[in-house]
Amino acid sequence: MSDIMVDIQRLSFSRGENLIYDGMSMQVRRGKVTAIMGPSGIGKTTLLKLIGGQLKPDSGHILFDGQDIPALSRAELYQARKKMSMLFQSGALFTEMSVFDNVAFPIREHTRLPESIIRLIVLMKLESVGLRGARDLMPAELSGGMARRAALARAIALDPELIMYDEPFAGQDPISMGVIVRLIKELNNALGLTSIVVSHDVTEVMSIADYVYVVAEKKVIGHGTPEQLRQDKSELVQQFLQGEADGAVPFHYRANAYEDELMESAR
Amino acid sequence: MITDKLQHLGRNTLNNVAGFGRSGLMLFGALVGKPDFRKGFPLLIKQLYVIGVLSLLIIVVSGLFIGMVLALQGYTVLVKFGAEGMLGPLVALSLLRELGPVVTALLFAGRAGSALTAEIGLMKATEQLSGMEMMAVDPLRRIIAPRFWAGVISMPLLALVFNAVGILGGHLIGVDWLGVDGGSYWSTMQANVDLYQDVLNGVIKSIVFAVIVIWIALHKGYDAIPTSEGISRATTQTVVTASLTVLGFDFILTALMFGG
Repeated sequence: MSDIMVDIQRLSFSRGENLIYDGMSMQVRRGKVTAIMGPSGIGKTTLLKLIGGQLKPDSGHILFDGQDIPALSRAELYQARKKMSMLFQSGALFTEMSVFDNVAFPIREHTRLPESIIRLIVLMKLESVGLRGARDLMPAELSGGMARRAALARAIALDPELIMYDEPFAGQDPISMGVIVRLIKELNNALGLTSIVVSHDVTEVMSIADYVYVVAEKKVIGHGTPEQLRQDKSELVQQFLQGEADGAVPFHYRANAYEDELMESAR
Repeated sequence: MITDKLQHLGRNTLNNVAGFGRSGLMLFGALVGKPDFRKGFPLLIKQLYVIGVLSLLIIVVSGLFIGMVLALQGYTVLVKFGAEGMLGPLVALSLLRELGPVVTALLFAGRAGSALTAEIGLMKATEQLSGMEMMAVDPLRRIIAPRFWAGVISMPLLALVFNAVGILGGHLIGVDWLGVDGGSYWSTMQANVDLYQDVLNGVIKSIVFAVIVIWIALHKGYDAIPTSEGISRATTQTVVTASLTVLGFDFILTALMFGG
C-alpha cells in the first residue's frame, strides 16, 4: 500500500475558454489532513469534483489509491467512489428525508444489512457528530452548523478511506466552526481517514492541517507543513496568509486604466 | 444585420440539437441497464402516488366539466336536426379520441410536469444530485427512472378516468337535465364506439403524450441552470414545450390513426 492516497500529476482543466488549472501537481498522504487553500474563485471545488470523477480533466492524471480516476469506466468509477466521500458546502442533505434516513441512505444503498444493524450504525455515526438527539428532525429544521454535521455523519456512514471537505467553515458561527474543526481532526485520527480540506479560512486550516497547498493562478504557488508555509518567501503566499487586500493578487479585477475610463465620457 | 439574425438562428438550432442529445443521454442512462426491483419498486410506488394519485382531483374535476360542456354544446346543435339521440356517441368519441388524451396531457404538464422540473432543478441547485453521485448512487437511476415510469404508467390511467368521468358528466347534462333518453344515450354509444379504433387508439395517444411530457419535464429539471432564475425558467419551459409538443404530436397521431 502506497503512502500516497491521491496523486495529481500535471493536471490541466478548463471550463469553456477559461483555463482553471495549468499543469498542476500535488500529493495527498494517507492518514493525514491535507489542506488546499487559495483565494475564492480559483476552482477549489472544481478540484474536488475532479478527484471525485464528476468532471474530466483536459490532460494529466489523478491517481486515487493507484487508480487513474479519469480513465476509469463508469462502473469502476462508482466502485472507487464507495471508498471516498465528500462533504458539500451546502451539506446536500436530502430534503425529503429525516436526518436518520439521510445517514442511513448510503448504507441502505450499498449494503443489505438488516434494519436493526443499520440503526446501530446510524446512531453511532450521529453520536460521533453529537446529533443523536436530532435524528428525527428534517433537514429544514436544522441550523447551518447542524446540517453540516449531519452531512458529515452521512459522509462517514460507510467508513470511507478518503473524505473531502468543501469549504467546511464557510458561513459558520465561531462555536460551530470550532466544533467542525475539532471533528475533522478527531475523525481523521480516530477512523484512520485521509482528509482533504478545501478552504480559505487560514487560521482554522493551519491549526488542523498536516500539510498545506496554496493554490492560485492555475497552479500550486506554495506548499509545506503550516510551519514551513509561514516561513515561505513567496509574496503571494504571504499575502494570502496575512490577508492583505492588495499585493501580488491585485485587489482590482483586471480593467482598463482607471483614468482612461473616467475620461472617456468627457471626450 | 441579416448575418446577426442568421448567427442567432444557427446558435439556437445548435443549442436545441445539443439539448435534445443531452435529454436522450439522460433517458438512456436512466432506463437502460439491469433493473433492481428490490430498490426500484418502493421508489416507483411512491412516485405513482405523488405523480398519479395526487393528480386525480384536477383530472376528475376537469373531466366532469368538459363532459358537461360537450353535452350542452352538442345538444344545441343536434336538437336542430332532431338527432339528440346521438349525443352519447358525440360525447364519448370526442373524449376517447381527442379530448381525453390531450387535455389530460396538458393538465398533467401543468400539475405534475412543472412540479417535477422544479423538484429536480432544486435538487441540482442544492447539490443533492452531486452528493448522490459522490455516494456512488446514480441519480439517473435513483431519481429520474422511477419518476419516468410513474408518469408513463399513471397518465394513460388518468386519461381513462378523465374519459369515464366526462361521459358521466355528459349523461348528467344530456339525460338528467336536457331530457335526452337515457337508453339511447348508452345504446347509441355502445353501437358507435369501437374498442380498438377508438378506445385503444386513445390509450396509445395517451402513452405517447405521457412519454413526451414526462421526458421534457425531467430533462428541463435535470438540465436547469441551478439558480432561482434558471429553475423558474425551466419550469415555464416545461409547461410551454410539453404542451406545444403534445398538440403537434396529436395532429400527427390523429392523421395516422383516423386520417386514412
